Amino acid sequence: MQQFVNTTLSGLAQGMVFAAFALALVLIWRSTRIVNFAQGSMAMATTFVALALIQAGWNYWAAFAAALVSGFVLGAVVERVVIRRVEGGPELNAVIVTLGLFVAIQAAVAIIAGSAFQSFPAPFGLRGFTIGENTIALTPNRVFVIVAVLVTMGLLVALFRFTRVGLAMRAAAFGQEVARLLGVRVGRMLTLGWALAAVVGSLAGILIAGGSFVYPAYMDSLIVFGFVAAVLGGLDSPIGAVVGGLLLGLALSYVSAYFGGSSVVNLAALVILVVVLLVKPGGLFASTAARRA
Amino acid sequence: MADTAVAGEPGTTRTSGATLEVRNLITSYGPVRAIDGVSLTAAPGRITAVLGANGAGKTSLLRTVSGLVRCVSGSVLLDGQDVTKASVESMVTRGMAHVPEGRGVIAELTVDENLRVGALFRGKVGRDEFDRVYDLFPRLVERRDNPAHTLSGGERQMLVIGRALLARPRILLLDEPSLGLAPRIVAQIFGLLRQLVDAEGLSVLLVEQNARSALSVADVGIVLNLGRVVATDDAKTLMADEDLRHAYLGF
Amino acid sequence: MSDLQSPSPQTMAQPPAGNPATAAAPASTSSRKGRIPLPQSTLLRHLLAVLVCAVAAVALLELTDPFRNSQLATLSYYAIAAGGLTVLTGLNGQISLGHGALMAVGAYTTGLFLSADEPLPLPVIFLAAIVVTSLVGALVGAAASRLHGPYLAGATLALAVGLPGLALKFKDTLGGEQGLRVRAPRAPDWFGDAIRTISGNSASATKWLAYVGAICLIITYFLLANLVRSRIGRTWRAVRDNDVAAELAGIRLGSWRVLAFVVSAACAGLGGAVLAIVVRLAAPSAFSLVLSLALLTAIVLGGLGSLLGALIGSALLVFLPQVTTDLGSAAGLDGTEAAQLAPFVYGVVLVVAMIFAPAGIVGTIRLRWLAQRAKRSIARESGR
Repeated sequence: MQQFVNTTLSGLAQGMVFAAFALALVLIWRSTRIVNFAQGSMAMATTFVALALIQAGWNYWAAFAAALVSGFVLGAVVERVVIRRVEGGPELNAVIVTLGLFVAIQAAVAIIAGSAFQSFPAPFGLRGFTIGENTIALTPNRVFVIVAVLVTMGLLVALFRFTRVGLAMRAAAFGQEVARLLGVRVGRMLTLGWALAAVVGSLAGILIAGGSFVYPAYMDSLIVFGFVAAVLGGLDSPIGAVVGGLLLGLALSYVSAYFGGSSVVNLAALVILVVVLLVKPGGLFASTAARRA
Repeated sequence: MADTAVAGEPGTTRTSGATLEVRNLITSYGPVRAIDGVSLTAAPGRITAVLGANGAGKTSLLRTVSGLVRCVSGSVLLDGQDVTKASVESMVTRGMAHVPEGRGVIAELTVDENLRVGALFRGKVGRDEFDRVYDLFPRLVERRDNPAHTLSGGERQMLVIGRALLARPRILLLDEPSLGLAPRIVAQIFGLLRQLVDAEGLSVLLVEQNARSALSVADVGIVLNLGRVVATDDAKTLMADEDLRHAYLGF
Repeated sequence: MSDLQSPSPQTMAQPPAGNPATAAAPASTSSRKGRIPLPQSTLLRHLLAVLVCAVAAVALLELTDPFRNSQLATLSYYAIAAGGLTVLTGLNGQISLGHGALMAVGAYTTGLFLSADEPLPLPVIFLAAIVVTSLVGALVGAAASRLHGPYLAGATLALAVGLPGLALKFKDTLGGEQGLRVRAPRAPDWFGDAIRTISGNSASATKWLAYVGAICLIITYFLLANLVRSRIGRTWRAVRDNDVAAELAGIRLGSWRVLAFVVSAACAGLGGAVLAIVVRLAAPSAFSLVLSLALLTAIVLGGLGSLLGALIGSALLVFLPQVTTDLGSAAGLDGTEAAQLAPFVYGVVLVVAMIFAPAGIVGTIRLRWLAQRAKRSIARESGR
């Protein structure tokens, strides 16, 4: 029983990080119809920025903030300089471009910071809470992870639902030409969309790094899991990203605990992805809204 | 539909309509000339109808005027100012609202959100302006929080016109508003246009394939064929010219 | 997706005839002065090309030193896999990040067969590797046939990241992280005699493997070139360009997509098999995501859909890492860091190529050449 509880709790915490990453993918998909395969590398790069700052003596929270800010800048720059040129073209081109960015950024970080595993501090304790005599898998750090992701999501919802910028971004995403006719600076909204998505991705990267090791390829699995979570929930649906992330986190946690260890986890994700794509390709929260006005 | 037009109140009087002048406009899509030297004027307080068969260049004309498509040569002047190379986004700040072919409803947003997008560029807009649009189009009131894709064709047309009005335009470009709508609704919409134009001096450039309805409400008619102007005249004169009607307008 | 794939310089390559030696020669029936008279039949033209390539290969292998021979062997297995991939992506529009993993299947199968006490003859083993990988390819292709664009990329990405885990799971048979040692087959006796007769050189094991690679490459490209120009190739292109129209014409999209996947998987399997005997090791780290992305870079740079392009791109894969590692060391980077320069270049090449020259080397040259031809014929017409 205790193992079940622990597996569930760690699955939820992990799932929250998947959810954040999936959310970043969904944000970009909704605004530019591109899956950003470079999201993981970008997040990894900003985590390394934080690491460098921490190693230079900055405190965790300042470095955390710096990572998010650098994520914002990186997302904006990537969209404006690179992605802008392949938006609206054949989708294969955009896929290849984001893959190229993925490899290039990862290699660049490896050259600059080396490929060695480096430990990354966690802002809160890593010892599980004790209830009576038992220690459960919920640690203060995990609580922080869950809260951080939830707060970010709340902020995003508020942004899109209640602000004029959010409305402009949604108009730019759903009706680009019409939005332009109504005076919306669509280009800027797309850049902003990428910048925000990159911040969320950076958040995921730094949360999952806490208390663990970082190295240039450390987000590779997360890219796959985040993608599977996003597809599971439906690439068009932010809520789907969250639910998909949680479900996937739980599923993989159970697989790892009951079915044979971490080496099959990647394969399990693949199986889940294939099943979803074959059975309900639009994801659990497939939106049925007509995309034409 | 309410009788009152969106009348001006103290402090919110709309400046009178803008004069649009198109001079020798040429627009190509690759080797094909969609517009081949078109000149026209749309004056304030007038509904100027652009008519012609499919492929005559009517939509291309509007898209070039509002900047969605770049012309090869020629010029577009708004109140004497050359806006040929102006960006699409800036046109609405200059007072030009373009309701595109297919209506341009943003399907995923609600009715109210669609309206709000229309007023976005203006900054803070009072709720009363939105209420006035809802007064004009009562059918939108009960739908205000529904996603726009649930609206019928007529409701969508009302929505996009209301949205365009929230931009406080001085000239309105309408691309085939009657397409797919029942005659009764078409009559209502055209009637509303007439009121707006008469009450406020708004300029309207109306592209229509349904020449009969358009000419019944327009002041001036311009007939296009294969990208060229073949006739410019009072609407009544065009209506009376049977040969012209048979040749280019289908009735 | 379908109406975006129009043949313009801004989009993907429209593949030329896949035949390496005659890629630049028009396949039209118009007679031109000064052109080599080529046989009209595609098959004959391709056979001629095979002959030319075989001679060229022998010349190349005999005139270069053993180090170059092993580089050419490396080139052959990359090119085999890249050839299949360029047909899949260029002709049929399906992107795959999993071909590195498919090469792994071919490599491990070969390694396992060769570890038997009395191993079967090499061609049989290669055939086995092809069959096994084709089966895996059929499975993957069936799952992938309903996917497109980013979904397909994501699914194959998951495959690429997940499959190496199997090697770790079954570490007793498959050697785990260290990998499976592959006993490379020794050259048959007649080989040494043949080489001595042709060039007077002595036959080394490396040379033998290089010849094996070259033979496999020529055969593969011959078959692929014929496929590309056949009804099958045309159907693949139809499925890529306008799937709605194709379906209305009675073409079963799914089956054709799976077929393309299987063919490319077979190539990847053969490439993996050759890799296994050349490198003498099948280890998970050799088949990482970077390999799949390197293959993608090769075919994008060379020109999607072009076999010649795949060959050129593969040459990049072979010769680039040495160049960049040397540059890196010269610039003061240590070994591992310098090794990362190659993937960095791959990434940059992918981005730059897609933005500025999406048709790749072969495609861009071909488009320019076609544009020149058009200008010349317009000038000729208007001169009348």
